[in-house]
Amino acid sequence: MAQLAGDLSLAEDCAQEACAAAVAQWQRDGLPANPGGWVVTVARRRALDHLRRESARPGKEREAVHEWTAAEPDGSAVAGDDQLALLFACCHPALDPASRVTLTLRVVCGLPTASIARLLLLPEPTVAQRIVRAKRKIRDAGIRLRVPDPGERPARLASVLRAVYLTFTEGHSPHGTGAVVRDDLCEEALRLAARLHRLMPDEPEVTGLLALILLTSARSAARADQDGALVLLADQDRSQWDRGRLAEGRSLVETALAQRRPGPYQLQAAIAACHADAATGSDTDWRQIAALYGELLRFDPSPVIEANRAVAVAYAEGPAAGLAILDTLAASSRLARWPQLHIARAALLARCGRREDAVAAYRDALALEPADAVRQHITSQITALAAAPAPTEET
Amino acid sequence: MKYIALLYGEPDAGPAPGTPEFMQMLGEFQSATTAMADAGVLVDSSPLQPPQTATTVRVRDGEVQLSDGPFAEIKEQLGGYYILDCEDLDTALRYAAMIPSAKYGSVEVRPAMVMGPH
Repeated sequence: MAQLAGDLSLAEDCAQEACAAAVAQWQRDGLPANPGGWVVTVARRRALDHLRRESARPGKEREAVHEWTAAEPDGSAVAGDDQLALLFACCHPALDPASRVTLTLRVVCGLPTASIARLLLLPEPTVAQRIVRAKRKIRDAGIRLRVPDPGERPARLASVLRAVYLTFTEGHSPHGTGAVVRDDLCEEALRLAARLHRLMPDEPEVTGLLALILLTSARSAARADQDGALVLLADQDRSQWDRGRLAEGRSLVETALAQRRPGPYQLQAAIAACHADAATGSDTDWRQIAALYGELLRFDPSPVIEANRAVAVAYAEGPAAGLAILDTLAASSRLARWPQLHIARAALLARCGRREDAVAAYRDALALEPADAVRQHITSQITALAAAPAPTEET
Repeated sequence: MKYIALLYGEPDAGPAPGTPEFMQMLGEFQSATTAMADAGVLVDSSPLQPPQTATTVRVRDGEVQLSDGPFAEIKEQLGGYYILDCEDLDTALRYAAMIPSAKYGSVEVRPAMVMGPH
């Protein structure tokens, strides 16, 4: 759609009109054989009508009409290549780096602005403004919606991978939807990563990202209990893990690491593979995981990675060692808005026998309005702490 | 779509006139310009005289004011331009990267605004 229209806003408007028309017509006539194709065809026609009205104007609109009239229309649904083209356009290096991920989440994955704001730890108006500006630049600067030539791809890859990764992250721990996992977003990220891997099978970071998504999503079914509450990794029923995805993910990590060009996605996939290899939570090789997080920090010195390393260190060397790292991080203002940091601190404080401090840290997390499932988890932890016998310090 | 490529550089950046490197740079300008012309994307191009030759025109309250300059504080100076007619930004950027100024300074690529009939 956007490829035809050469204008994301126009494409979105036409797609919306087509969906409205679909609701009206399908209620009257029943579902067509290929609903997706039906919507795309109607949306294309609307875009073409619009462009024809505008085609007295010089420039790309007229060209777009020619191009799309030639391509039109067998009613087939959007091909995977179209989605990759949209992805590469949203991650174009001519766009400001901060806007690329934002735009991808909005346009390729359809996330609402509010979710993107929570995911990126940013105020919502900032996100909305970035999206408007980036769309305007794509339209006015003539950024074409296409998959770049092989020679251009490496320079374009990092921001594309990051956008897919953040899409998966949002699916794996969504905000404000009440769900523990949003399968639609996880599967969308998986499809995008698999398509990128088919496009660039020899890029180890692409392979690493695909492996990471497979290995992490393999645990999705075990992440929520029957009531929809979050189940932590240590407490998960590992028989519910998807063995097929774990095996495929593990084999992809090995392939990628064998190329000896390590990178952040391969390292994260290697960490996920460590979890997958452990038959029970207590069999986990935390020293190896702490070392991998240390390696990861060299590529991405972010406080979130440091927080994860702290948790691994706490398992490998005892809660006090991990807590020391988290206390330093909690002093950083940006990360202070991240509920998971306070949850991790609370858990370690509880293990150190500092019950009141633990409850205070859980309340700090609640104040940041985490996802419903996380909120339930915190509430149950606070209740458990209140009911527990007098604290004993774990050594 | 029309794009203008504005060539910026510090006055002393790049090889000094008279050196073989300078001649090589001129050759690179020539081959970039030829590539653009052969592809049919070149509308116009020219190097510019230095900023000391510039005159700034302002009209205030109906009165024409002329002044020497501008003498901007910024180190990079506008030294030339190419006007290209390309199908999209990526094409324009590919040609811009062929211009030697991209090596010694920078090339700013800007789309020309498409004016509607109204």
